Amino acid sequence: MSVAETKRPERRSRGTERPESVFQGTRRRRDGRGYLPYLVPGVLLFVAVIAVPLVMNVGISFTRWQGVGDPDWVGLDQYRKLFSDETFWISFRNNAALILAMAVVPTFIGLLLATALFDVVAKRHPRTTTALRAAFYLPQVLPAVVAGVVWGWILHPEYGSANELLRFLGLGDWTQNWLGDEKTALLSVMFVLVWIQIGYPLVIFMAGLQRVDPQLYEAAALDGASWWQRLWSVTVPQIRQEIFVVLLTCTIAALKSFDKIFVLTRGGPGGSTNTPAYFSFQNFFEKANVGYGAAIATVLTVIIGGLAFVFLRLQNREES
Amino acid sequence: MTRRLVVGVLAILAVLTLFPFLLVLLNAFKSPGDYTTGGPLALPDALYFQGIVDFWVRVDFGQKLVNSTVIAGSVAVLAVLVSVLTAYALGIGRVKGRLWIVAVFLLANLMPQEALVYPLYFLTKEVDLYDTRLAVIIIFTAIQAAFGTYLLSSVLSTFPREIVEAARIDGANRWQVLWRVVVPISWPTLSVLLVFFFIWTWNEFFLPMIMLVSNDNQTVPVALGVLQGQRLMDATAQSASALLGIIPAVVFFLIFQRTLTRGIAVGAVK
Repeated sequence: MSVAETKRPERRSRGTERPESVFQGTRRRRDGRGYLPYLVPGVLLFVAVIAVPLVMNVGISFTRWQGVGDPDWVGLDQYRKLFSDETFWISFRNNAALILAMAVVPTFIGLLLATALFDVVAKRHPRTTTALRAAFYLPQVLPAVVAGVVWGWILHPEYGSANELLRFLGLGDWTQNWLGDEKTALLSVMFVLVWIQIGYPLVIFMAGLQRVDPQLYEAAALDGASWWQRLWSVTVPQIRQEIFVVLLTCTIAALKSFDKIFVLTRGGPGGSTNTPAYFSFQNFFEKANVGYGAAIATVLTVIIGGLAFVFLRLQNREES
Repeated sequence: MTRRLVVGVLAILAVLTLFPFLLVLLNAFKSPGDYTTGGPLALPDALYFQGIVDFWVRVDFGQKLVNSTVIAGSVAVLAVLVSVLTAYALGIGRVKGRLWIVAVFLLANLMPQEALVYPLYFLTKEVDLYDTRLAVIIIFTAIQAAFGTYLLSSVLSTFPREIVEAARIDGANRWQVLWRVVVPISWPTLSVLLVFFFIWTWNEFFLPMIMLVSNDNQTVPVALGVLQGQRLMDATAQSASALLGIIPAVVFFLIFQRTLTRGIAVGAVK
């Protein structure tokens, strides 16, 4: 805003002029200034709860600190240590698996379920559709922690239903210590995440499908396209915006995986389900390695910030 | 024929999705002895409520429900309020640089809580707010309002300007336009946000766990999560705890089902 405009003739914006003038550049800018007080609560909260802590966290990552006393400035030492720390890399590899389980697999299954529900069931049985959609969505409304309690109990090696069911089916040899064995822990966590996640893409894709012009399907059907071909050449391009939003938001959510890990495995066994989010928590609060924890959290922030930036850029491009 | 097959497959998948809930329901009312002899898949011999009662008393579940309700309720109302004020300036007021401000708020909402936790832990101790529900309310008001600002700014930027101008011509000031025109007309979106903020805050675990150490202040997920994380529960206590965690979520789901599905669609594409 230019200095020349500091005097704000507020009253003039009413009545005396044609309302259309509001749309013109200079008027709009002058108008905008009167709204500045409305930004105060939001900006104050943002500064106190997000901006200041974020900057402090980056600052802490350049120190060695146990949480009490004065932090020792060590420059980039924590980052050097981090990049040669095998646990850190393993936690990222595990995170890739969680992205697969929270973003990629649910998007794919959600797409199949949404099209099946929309194509086959929705037109004739709207109530069945609502019921089915609600069933798939229900795990999404649970606190992740409660989902973790449920599955921790089901997958328990001794009294869990999963092993009991296998024994009941005569597959006693297949019983496992699902969450307690390095071979199966990550896969079990991934399975639980898929269960939690499916409902989200399903609901979003079904909303997106309502927008698609039915004539496109009719034309494709006339051309002799199979159901599979229609899915790939009509549905997917038409709802690509939804697919993109789901993939990105779920990827970011997967990068922040803490609560499910805390409840299901606590990062174990042997670090086989550790994630950067959980690894930073361990350093902050269990090992009193605050500087190291802050460095891990900073790396995570940079990655998520990068993804969010890509998201904003692409979204703006879609809009304009 | 294919139609029947598809409906059948979908129905089976839906039942499988709901199966864990059924298992919890089945076992939450079993006595420990019943569980040991019959296993988790058998029907209970008799309905046994003591497991749930014991667990309720053990974690003081009533207090946890109150804490969760107070925290999630306050955050929902305050965050919608803050979002409306900010989005009014950005979406309708068209404050200069608004695109950047909106982008910063969205980024703020997406930041990992791990990058905020230690400074927040430290700062709340400095100002004597550590281990208070107020601290959690303030923190989540900021986090949810960041998302609310992002969403509402884009909704309000398409708000019909003629309506705002007409009200101004009639002599309403900015404050009156906000409360008498913008808020009533945008109420459908605001109610969606209110519901989402409530449920999201209810479900939060990490920051509340760090911030609320005393039993009297903890929320439902914190109490259940910490107990589960410590591996201190037996089979029936676990199913009782699962049931008590599921019930509020299912209640919200049934009450708000239409708002939720409508809201998800709005939030995704906007």
